[in-house]
Amino acid sequence: MFAFLIRRIIQAALVMLVVASIAFLMFRFLGDPISNLLPEDATVQDRAEMREKMGLNDPVVVQYGRFIVDAAQGDFGQSYRNNRPVSDLLAERFPATAELVLVAASLALALGIPLGIYTALNPRGWLSQGLQVISLLGISVPTFVTGILLILVFSVSLGWLPSFGRGTVVDLGWWTTGFLTVSGLKALILPAIMLALFQMTLIMRLVRAEMLEVLRTDYIKFAKARGIPNRMLHFKYALKNTLIPVMTIFGLQLGGLIAFAIITETVFQWPGMGFLFIQAVNFTDVPVMAAYLVLVSFIFVVINTLVDLLYNVADPRLRAEKKPARGV
Amino acid sequence: MSLLELDNIVVEFPTRRGPLEAVKGLSLDLDEGEILGLVGESGAGKSITGAAITGLIEPPGLIRSGEVRLRGERIDNLPPEKMRRIRGKEIGAIFQDPLTSLNPVYTVGDQLIDTMRVHLGLDQKAARKRAVEWLAEVGIPAPETRLDQHPHQFSGGMRQRVVIALALCAEPKLIIADEPTTALDVSVQAQILALLKRLCRENGTAVVLVTHDMGVIAETADRVAVMYAGRLVEIGDVRQVIEDPLHPYTRGLMASIPQIGNRDRRLTQIEGAMPGLRNPAPGCAFAPRCPRAMDHCHSIRPVPQSAGTGQVACHIYGETQ
Ligand SMILES: Nc1ncnc2c1ncn2[C@@H]1O[C@H](COP(=O)(O)OP(=O)(O)OP(=O)(O)O)[C@@H](O)[C@H]1O
Ligand code: SF4
Ligand SMILES: [Mg+2]
Repeated sequence: MFAFLIRRIIQAALVMLVVASIAFLMFRFLGDPISNLLPEDATVQDRAEMREKMGLNDPVVVQYGRFIVDAAQGDFGQSYRNNRPVSDLLAERFPATAELVLVAASLALALGIPLGIYTALNPRGWLSQGLQVISLLGISVPTFVTGILLILVFSVSLGWLPSFGRGTVVDLGWWTTGFLTVSGLKALILPAIMLALFQMTLIMRLVRAEMLEVLRTDYIKFAKARGIPNRMLHFKYALKNTLIPVMTIFGLQLGGLIAFAIITETVFQWPGMGFLFIQAVNFTDVPVMAAYLVLVSFIFVVINTLVDLLYNVADPRLRAEKKPARGV
Repeated sequence: MSLLELDNIVVEFPTRRGPLEAVKGLSLDLDEGEILGLVGESGAGKSITGAAITGLIEPPGLIRSGEVRLRGERIDNLPPEKMRRIRGKEIGAIFQDPLTSLNPVYTVGDQLIDTMRVHLGLDQKAARKRAVEWLAEVGIPAPETRLDQHPHQFSGGMRQRVVIALALCAEPKLIIADEPTTALDVSVQAQILALLKRLCRENGTAVVLVTHDMGVIAETADRVAVMYAGRLVEIGDVRQVIEDPLHPYTRGLMASIPQIGNRDRRLTQIEGAMPGLRNPAPGCAFAPRCPRAMDHCHSIRPVPQSAGTGQVACHIYGETQ
């Protein structure tokens, strides 16, 4: 287990190094930072001084090393657009994205798992078949279309829920939350639904497929032949076997949820990191783009590593990989 | 009174090309504590017969007609919840593959304890104690530690021992064992069968032992039933059926057992194949392959009649007897 942990951490570090290198290349190939930072009428002298000050005259290797060391400490320099440290900007925006993703993920799990179980246990019921059709729609309709439809219905026509922004947020000092006000909660509903919909349908279909598979296995048939009641058969014997792979895939999807949040945040003008990133792209604000890339990758890598570890704990077959079965 | 009676059961699977009768009217009796071997080539309907007894025929398959009786009480038409209580408690089952029969994410202890708690109304502690005893009973060393291990930590033979413990732990009076050793190493097979036989003898448990292996039957069974194309063709005491088989199909089957000491161990297969179950011909299903077929064999179906130590369905033993 310990060796496994070390191995995974080394792998994660390597992935992050690659990502950081890509971020570094963005600096070198996307626009000239000097012209972004200095006013239009800056003299050649000014420019030269700035270059020297920013270390742009150093050999590439030195610049690269400096970038990696700074990045590892969370320092991505100043935003070209508003001259504030990039890390501050991201820290400001992080809670909005985190809350959105958290709510969307919970929603997706809370609905997707029961619906998946229901459709697996009643495969021929009309409700199951209806859900299957709807879930197919949920998977194939682009998320921004569902987002716009949600806005049309619930904001424009019915006027029940806001179509943009986070509502009133409460500043806890280190975190701004929308959970504590009515307008904050109302503002969360539509974006969370939009972000959750795809994941929810995915989880539902996954749980259904897994569970149907598990219900066909010999160990379920044998348990049935031993007179294990249906409740225990479905919700204990079959469910755990179903959820282990589902949770793994969901964990891996969680990073995707953060990335997908870019679209949701854009549609709903949600002041999160994704929205910040889109704005940064419009201004070729490379430090913000680079930092976003590195941060999201970092979250991805951390989640994947954790999921791997948890999967190892949850599945006894993997946990005891090293212990050979004893003889007859 | 017999423990189990199958009374002319017909098992049918509706298929796209019309209904398929996998079992075409099968009757047999089983006494308490008796071990009945059920043999026949692949597709003869052995497993389906077992499933008909445990009420586990997979829908849309169904028992079209006939009755299954346990101690004289009909069980084939019970509501699902009543039948569930019988499964495990009155009728146990052992399947072919010990590697896949155990739930991989629960310890063998969990699975034993659940089964006993469901049927015997034991509390957790008592059930755990019984579970340890059962593991010891089926010959698993260090049962206390083994109880909390997962199936993958056991070898194939050990797993089949656990499966036997699971099938017997609620003390059923009847076990349907469907090729319980086929998936195991030859060296382990004999041990497992000996174990099954000993436990069933000790507890007075009757067994329907489904197998292809006549050697297994000879070692284990009291009586043998031979199936062909969904029907019983011969049933009788093990000694008589093996040493002096009456039905031409059973004779062919016995001739196909490799002789011990015979260098050439290839099976002398019976020529031809079992007919499809769909659109059966009117006469004896074995007629196309039967070396002794007579004219009327192709048009008149033989019915089981008393012969030897049991019954035979063949015109040779028909009217003349
Ligand atoms: N679910 C099903 N649907 C349709 N036909 C089935 C189904 N299950 C079994 N059958 C048919 O019933 C017949 C008997 O099958 P069964 O499994 O009882 O054979 P068996 O004697 O156990 O053979 P084997 O020795 O190969 O296990 C087979 O010909 C098979 O085609
Ligand atoms: S009834 Fe006729 S065909 Fe059938 S087994 Fe007997 S002799 Fe052969
Ligand atoms: Mg079979």
